[in-house]
Amino acid sequence: MLPILIKGLTLLAGGRAVLDDFTAEIATRGITAIIGPNGAGKSTLLRALDGLVRPGRGTIAFGPGGRSPAPRRAFVFQKTALIRASVVRNVALAVEAEPISAAERAARVAAALERVGLAARAQDAARRLSGGEQQRVAFARAWARRPDLLLLDEPTASLDPAATEEIERLVVALRDAGTKILLVSHNLGQVARLAEDAVVLASGKVAEHGPVDRILKHPASEAARAYLKGELPWMSFAGVS
Amino acid sequence: MLETFAEAARLLLVLDPAVAGIATMSLRVSVAASAIGCAIGIPVGALVAIARFPGRAVVVVVLNALMGLPAVVVGLVVYLALSRSGPLGHLGLLFTPGAMIVAQTVLVTPLVAALTRQIVEDADGELGEQLRAMGLSTLQRARTLVFDVRFSLAVAVLAAFGRAIAEVGAVLVVGGNIAGHTRTMTTAISLETQKGDLPLALALGFVLLAIVIVVNAAAAALRSHAARRYG
Repeated sequence: MLPILIKGLTLLAGGRAVLDDFTAEIATRGITAIIGPNGAGKSTLLRALDGLVRPGRGTIAFGPGGRSPAPRRAFVFQKTALIRASVVRNVALAVEAEPISAAERAARVAAALERVGLAARAQDAARRLSGGEQQRVAFARAWARRPDLLLLDEPTASLDPAATEEIERLVVALRDAGTKILLVSHNLGQVARLAEDAVVLASGKVAEHGPVDRILKHPASEAARAYLKGELPWMSFAGVS
Repeated sequence: MLETFAEAARLLLVLDPAVAGIATMSLRVSVAASAIGCAIGIPVGALVAIARFPGRAVVVVVLNALMGLPAVVVGLVVYLALSRSGPLGHLGLLFTPGAMIVAQTVLVTPLVAALTRQIVEDADGELGEQLRAMGLSTLQRARTLVFDVRFSLAVAVLAAFGRAIAEVGAVLVVGGNIAGHTRTMTTAISLETQKGDLPLALALGFVLLAIVIVVNAAAAALRSHAARRYG
């Protein structure tokens, strides 16, 4: 079904190109990190891949030669949006649109809650959980959808180290179950721990794409070097000295 | 003045049949109109909140404008529709509680729809993208968002009931204020005040106020419980 073939993706917002002729071929398996400064277009790229935003130009295709149907997808956002209901009801939303029986739905939800360690809290109010537990609800939703492609937009950005470790364990489990994962993260330690390859985005374009080890240790592009050093490359792009 | 208050209190304490009958009629009509108004207004408001279609902005403006419909004008329009020569004259509803329910439903439905639209649109801003990412259809998202904001929607239900129970113009025009048949608290207060029967008017006024206060207190308690329970 995969790889993901992205060609000439361009998306304008407020007269500015958030993605600007973005072209990349993303590997079939494992975890691919999408890194780059704020405003580089990382989250927009994930949204475009999930069909949440429509690009003005360009194509997204899947599979060898781009001929496969769109994969089953799940999206975990930085902040989990939970409805005022129990944990189990929140997870059940993820499979509400699936063409499966009610029994199958319930089984998938139960298995997902078990997988993320929230089975005992299924009837608790979801919004009353801690930040880390709420993000585990988001992963239970993802797990229940049995995705081929999982899009993670800074899933641990507001979590403490213990909760981050829990979430990283779930990411690895999903990868090991055969799910292709795209991970947007500013946590370069996390990128080094989890990802096999990385795409460095700058101003909506691919600055560099290659193995994580090499990019983190020996970045080839100026934009990647500047980002990894913690500089503010967009200021020089904008002509500010 | 004191005698008026004392007589009003006596009417309430002995559960005067006239007061009880009028209060029951008011409640019957307003609860029915609010229920029908919510059954129509909540789904319409939720769909307008999340669906994207040409002319949506105009629909939102019209809904908001209809919140301020003058009750007596609604009464007149419903009167014309239900009168013998009107398009719905064959139903024979004019000067019945049914006509009053129709008029009050017309009055409160836009109010419920407009308030629901605003509440659901705010929730959609917070949850909408994730619900779309889970592949939910427009109807499924509308249902989920209405469920999420169910305690806030108590405000819309309350506003509908408050408008219905307190209005006098529409029920007077289409109900005719017939004793024992279509007399409500507001029409009775208006009539009895003009006739000089102030104790009865005052007793009905107390009942009306008590109903509004109890309903508001119940809604506030529900919302506070919900905030503690669900966050």
